[in-house]
Amino acid sequence: MANVIYGINGPVVIVKNATEFSMMEMVYVGKQRLVGEIIGITSEFTTIQCYEETTGLKPGDPVEGTHTQMTLMLGPGILDNIFDGIERPLAEIEKEVGAFINRGSQVSSLDTEREWDVTVTVKVGDELKGGEVFATCPETQIITHKMMVPPLLSGKVVEVKPNGCYKLNDVIVKLEDRYGTIHELTLVQRWPIRTPRPVAQRLTPTVPLITGQRVIDTLFPISKGGTAAIPGGFGTGKTMTQHQLAKWCDADIIVYVGCGERGNEMSQVLQEFSELIDPKSGRPLTDRTTLIANTSNMPVAAREASIYTGITLAEYYRDMGYDVAIMADSTSRWAEALREISGRLEEMPAEEGFPAYLPSRLSEFYERAGRADVLSGSQGSVTIIGAVSPQGSDFSEPVTQNTKRFTRCFWALDKSLAYARHYPAINWMDSYSEYFTDLDPYYDEHYGREFIEYRNSISALLQEENRLMEIVKLIGSDVLPDDQKLIIEIAKIIRVGFLQQNAFHKDDTYVPLEKQKRMMEVILHLYEQAKTVVARNIPIKRIIEAGLFEKVTRIKYDIPNDNLGMFDEYIADIDEKIRNIVS
Amino acid sequence: MIIEYVGVKEINGSLVVIDGVKGVSYEEIVDIKLDNGTSRQGRVVQIEGDRIVVQVFEGTRDISLDNTTTRLTGHPMEMPLSPEIVGRILDGAGRPIDGLGDIYPVKKRDVNGTAINPVSRIYPRNYINTGISSIDTLSTLIRGQKLPIFSGSGMKHNELAVQIVRQAKITGADESNFGVVFAAMGVKNDVADYFKKSFEEAGVMQHVTMFLNLSNDPIIERTLTPRCALTVAEYLAFELNMHILVIMTDMTSYAEALREFSSSKGEIPGRKGYPGYLYSDLASMYERAGMIKGSTGSLTQIPILTMPNDDITHPVPDLTGYITEGQIVLDRGLQNQGIYPPVNVLPSLSRLMKDGIGEGFTRSDHPALSNQLFASYAKVIDARSLASVIGEEELSDTDKKYIEFGRQFESTFINQGFNEDRDIGQSLDLGWKLLSTLPRSELDRVDDELLDKYYGK
Repeated sequence: MANVIYGINGPVVIVKNATEFSMMEMVYVGKQRLVGEIIGITSEFTTIQCYEETTGLKPGDPVEGTHTQMTLMLGPGILDNIFDGIERPLAEIEKEVGAFINRGSQVSSLDTEREWDVTVTVKVGDELKGGEVFATCPETQIITHKMMVPPLLSGKVVEVKPNGCYKLNDVIVKLEDRYGTIHELTLVQRWPIRTPRPVAQRLTPTVPLITGQRVIDTLFPISKGGTAAIPGGFGTGKTMTQHQLAKWCDADIIVYVGCGERGNEMSQVLQEFSELIDPKSGRPLTDRTTLIANTSNMPVAAREASIYTGITLAEYYRDMGYDVAIMADSTSRWAEALREISGRLEEMPAEEGFPAYLPSRLSEFYERAGRADVLSGSQGSVTIIGAVSPQGSDFSEPVTQNTKRFTRCFWALDKSLAYARHYPAINWMDSYSEYFTDLDPYYDEHYGREFIEYRNSISALLQEENRLMEIVKLIGSDVLPDDQKLIIEIAKIIRVGFLQQNAFHKDDTYVPLEKQKRMMEVILHLYEQAKTVVARNIPIKRIIEAGLFEKVTRIKYDIPNDNLGMFDEYIADIDEKIRNIVS
Repeated sequence: MIIEYVGVKEINGSLVVIDGVKGVSYEEIVDIKLDNGTSRQGRVVQIEGDRIVVQVFEGTRDISLDNTTTRLTGHPMEMPLSPEIVGRILDGAGRPIDGLGDIYPVKKRDVNGTAINPVSRIYPRNYINTGISSIDTLSTLIRGQKLPIFSGSGMKHNELAVQIVRQAKITGADESNFGVVFAAMGVKNDVADYFKKSFEEAGVMQHVTMFLNLSNDPIIERTLTPRCALTVAEYLAFELNMHILVIMTDMTSYAEALREFSSSKGEIPGRKGYPGYLYSDLASMYERAGMIKGSTGSLTQIPILTMPNDDITHPVPDLTGYITEGQIVLDRGLQNQGIYPPVNVLPSLSRLMKDGIGEGFTRSDHPALSNQLFASYAKVIDARSLASVIGEEELSDTDKKYIEFGRQFESTFINQGFNEDRDIGQSLDLGWKLLSTLPRSELDRVDDELLDKYYGK
């Protein structure tokens, strides 16, 4: 007996008396064959969440099983492309149906007609294990795509095609497993989105993800394979920070997931990334980027899936040995999608209506980050940077609190900083990074022991300023002794001249670590020198009048990234002016 | 063959349950005829086997278990569309109430619309000159943007909306190409009248399509009003290539109607009793703003919402702020000081502004100037809070200058007449004039080149 729809409530569809479905199986619902997933089974009812609008579905419409989980098509053509939450290519859909997305689109995720220039790297007789590379092809001008044996397969190569141009579904290699079954390997493989792809061994994340953003690289660094949360109310610059990281961080591949966010933002990413040139490769950023766009008005169940789609794509490229960073903007929308579907299923709600399994889902997601020896024999990493949009800007709400438990960097965006247009509005008192100990040896080796010392001094000064500001708020800054006034002045330089960074300035938008270090050096040098002035009871006003504070504040604009020698002039200038004041 | 179903099984608030229904589709519209000859419309909101739950738009008053016959219409809620719809006044469900007869439809569209493919969007960059300094300089409105006004009861959001409509100049568009779609949800009769009168006075009434669901109209119809209005707006913008400004007021009443509907349906409530899908629901309307490839028109939204108890963290403004591209926040303190428009510039923001201002759009100094104004005004607030503790006398000289700057900024820059139309150059120059009252060393967001050119000039 064919399975038919019994009930409909929003994205939730019920089938009665079905027996052959399994949990998380992908199904086609109704005459338009809308994509759905089985999320609940009882002896009487089978529950489906439908990834498309259910308007117009009728009881009695057919429901068809696929006997597989919700899987992704993985192969060349993922980069420089934009997909919806369940990996349907939006550009192809546009060609097919125009500017408004229709339902029941059956477009293949990747272009099956396009030819790829494939180099086969194995020969007949080779023993291949799961995850090993059997062919490569240039996917974009900077990224080589490696075709890997599906992780759960292994065997002996019995047939290979010569190098040449092939389409996605052409068989390149035939593999005989130990039971004598022949498996045909094409340029694509499929993988279920909710299952992490296996690795050989997980590694400690000891290499930083360098972002060129001073407040992150210096004060709250993240490592390749790490996890970070960016919580912030609306208008605090979550998306802007994500964009900056996606543009400048030194990962090989960027997966950008727009999860329940604005359509105009996605079109901005599309436009900006195709125009922006990656300084390292000289190619547009889109060459290393794939976008998943499930805007807030697209179906809510696909929004829930989009996060998994993103992380699965990221893992696939990690398995090739790349460092991948995934930006999820925003994980709160994903949590809300969970809540919405949970509500439709009439599950017992936990905190604020969120389902009780919210923490376990969040931890499952963030645990898919990491640096590892991958099955193809090299090393790769997946770094997750998730934006969180707390309800009412209140960090005590469940999504922020639970995310905090499973991420090791916390970049708290602050409303009052954003109001003063201090961007990135990362609050240095509330934020933290747990990667210091893992990363210190790397900084030590590449940038010298001083880097860490400077960072500690800078952070101590900011702490001290924070304490002093409590007093200033009560009685004004005039009553403070000069040595404390000096701390306030220096902290101001750190805030305005160092932590605040202008994303629209050609030099300031990305600052190499070496310059970050020299900037700290100059600021701290000024502090040390100024302390000698104050120690002689010379009024701090004299230093202000000499214009030193102002000058050092503007270093970020005045010293170009490619002329770091200028820092020596600054140090000499500070020394001379201070000498003049003292003498 | 059309089957009519006699009677209903259950009535609960605005919902009726009907048994034994065959061949019904989700979100389908049904006609309900009462014994007394009147008829109502409803929408199928839940299906379980042959039992359906119908939401009755005009309410369930007078309906009993056996005095109705229900007929399926076979299609979801549709809005008749025609170029002639411009200039008409319709009720909350899109039926004409201006006595000019029915709309002869050229086509019909599902009011729920479909999502715009992100690939097909054009990133909005053209600014709309509203002639209001605080908006043009600090939270610039961009064509294709959704920029809500966060207000409170008794504040002058309606005046501000009218002034924006009256003064909005869209560069490169001729007048016949410009239109307003106005959706009133649960507003008072007087307010609707005020808008009507103001549009007439401004001579734009022939470009306005009004949807009126007043506060005494059926609540459930309110959930349809913005969707009908946006369907019309999309038709005008994307098919007839017009530049459409949609004003929706008051989104809080809309959300309350949704809450009422949700709770009568017995759904699990989220924050403050609002349904868990409020975000998705609001997004399905706000995201209909934009510009798309293949059309020269644009759809700009200015939703107005009153924050209950002026609380910006209330779910409705909170979720709205997460969807829209910025917000204009009105402040009761400013309003009480007699400042109009009482725009609180610090929490106000336009996300699309950074790409729509500066060289080639407004003026090259605009981005730096607006940044500096924000930063300086933020310091004014710090200085004020310090002054409230130690008294203004005890402040340092710099802080005193900030206090004075703040006063001037509010009374000359933010404050402007209801009929005063400032062009962007005027507003920017005024900004520089104010900044020049501060010591040059305090202006750390502007580079020397601009300071040399504008500081103290």
